[in-house]
Amino acid sequence: MKKLFTMACLSAALLLPLTGCGGSSSGGNGEVIVYNWGEYLDPETLELFEEETGIKVIYDEFETNEIMYPKVETGATEYDVICPSDYMIQKLIENDLLAELNFDNIPNAKANIGNQYWEQSKEFDPENKYSVPYCWGTVGILYNKTMVDGSIDSWEVLWDEKYADSILMQDSVRDAFMVSLKLNGHSMNSTDAGELEAAKNSLIEQKPLVQAYVVDQVRDKMIGNEAAIGVIYSGEAIYTQRENPDLEYVIPKEGTNVWIDSWVITKSAPNKENAEKFIDFMCRPEIALKNFEYITYSTPNDAARALIEEEDIRNSPIAFPDLSQYSGLETYRYLGEDADQLYNDLWKEVKSQ
Amino acid sequence: MIKTTAQKIYVGLIFLFLYAPILTLILLSFNASRTRAKWGGFSLKWYAALFRNREIIQALWNTLLIAFIASLAATVIGTVACIAINGMGRRKRAVVMGITNIPMLDAEIVTGISLMLLFISLGLKFGLGTILLSHITFCIPYVVLSVMPRMKQVDASVYEAALDLGASPVLAFFKVVFPDILPGVLSGYLMAFTMSLDDFIITHFTKGAGVDTLSTKIYTEVKKGIKPEMYALSTIIFVIVLLLLFLVNKSPKEKT
Repeated sequence: MKKLFTMACLSAALLLPLTGCGGSSSGGNGEVIVYNWGEYLDPETLELFEEETGIKVIYDEFETNEIMYPKVETGATEYDVICPSDYMIQKLIENDLLAELNFDNIPNAKANIGNQYWEQSKEFDPENKYSVPYCWGTVGILYNKTMVDGSIDSWEVLWDEKYADSILMQDSVRDAFMVSLKLNGHSMNSTDAGELEAAKNSLIEQKPLVQAYVVDQVRDKMIGNEAAIGVIYSGEAIYTQRENPDLEYVIPKEGTNVWIDSWVITKSAPNKENAEKFIDFMCRPEIALKNFEYITYSTPNDAARALIEEEDIRNSPIAFPDLSQYSGLETYRYLGEDADQLYNDLWKEVKSQ
Repeated sequence: MIKTTAQKIYVGLIFLFLYAPILTLILLSFNASRTRAKWGGFSLKWYAALFRNREIIQALWNTLLIAFIASLAATVIGTVACIAINGMGRRKRAVVMGITNIPMLDAEIVTGISLMLLFISLGLKFGLGTILLSHITFCIPYVVLSVMPRMKQVDASVYEAALDLGASPVLAFFKVVFPDILPGVLSGYLMAFTMSLDDFIITHFTKGAGVDTLSTKIYTEVKKGIKPEMYALSTIIFVIVLLLLFLVNKSPKEKT
């Protein structure tokens, strides 16, 4: 009884030292509600934006495209600016949830963002009307030079029995199927039942060799020499190389996924003008540079790239590969509900083998 | 002899399995390197970074504020409900108790989504307020659950005797009934506090833009990997709870 009472008092006391942190300053020029990936922007840039424009930023974060989508669709909160990935932007466009951008209000976008990224964006936003690229990258193979013979240039190595039990695969439907579809020479946006069946069989064939299907543990496992070969996003590759110089990243010759996360504005945006100001601010070279240094994912902002001081990063073939040098590069497209279902069913078959 | 060593080993194993994860987390919070795969030397830099990180501190503050207010409100509402339930007839009481128990047995995701839909149809603005409302909602059954057994033990004739001796119903309740049910009320409050503190799913569905609790904040870091600042914060919370438990268990001994 006494104990309980003390506990109750102490739980209340826990609060005391924390009072008084909740103050928020309100801007004079309204607000803008931003919905971005977690840890996907240098918080300092938000402060700079608020200082300069007097617009208050209400900042919210999501963890996957699939979690973001229903929140935007149900309209529980009316977001202004969102930063979804390629295929999700296409789905948002198809369901009429995005507003066309007025590029006159976003002059920095056309001026600073490289042409090849606008071209690549056409796969999901055919007329470049709705989205402004923010981050991008490739998916490739990360391998440990001391544990692998020679150099690697093909997805085939993930089927090589020599490396049984030291291969790491991505634990996500589309990424896993991308690898096997590319290996078999098909499009990673395939909806052909025969091609997908073949891709599934390849994955089942590969399964005994795979050490684990993981998401972000590829990074830690490769740094810790726990595996020889892993499928990884290029944004993580530079970081892993810095921690463990034996690691090497390649884009396989069969081609791979070029992903792009872009800023878009919702159709129901209550603060569309502020939203455009926000996107324009994010496209400024020095702001884009700050964000690049914070996130370390490649920036499509050519002017920002020119400002990077370390030459080995500015010209890094991992962060900034010349896309015209590779063949078979594609960007995910939204394939519709039926195809989604087919992918998920096949993936379940692979995982349950 | 063998029996006692076996016992000790068994208890030791249980503690090992219970605390190995927390121990790993504490160790990693002092790791100068950002990756778990490498020990970069002892460092307090994640602790320093934690206190400089405005967003995490804000999330921590939100979490505690919500837990405190929600559990307090739920305790008041739940206790009052118990008084009413106690006064009901047998069958009616069984029905009402059944209804209050359902949200507890229900999957959290059902509660979360239905609250979200309710708030949308009511046209409420999503934010701290909606999180609070939903936390109070799911905490009430826990308070009822822990107050009800105490309430049943209270002898109704003592309360009636107080009334006969001239006390008003309110005075009689606070002087006679309340002290008897206080342990139940307090444990209900604590239970509600902890339930609210570590809830993720319901908060996720009912939160608005820019309002985060610790659990939702940590979850958003999944794409880029959870930062060691979170290890540092978890370590601090663990140590505080440990100290609290230590104090609570120690204080009565000194008095007797």
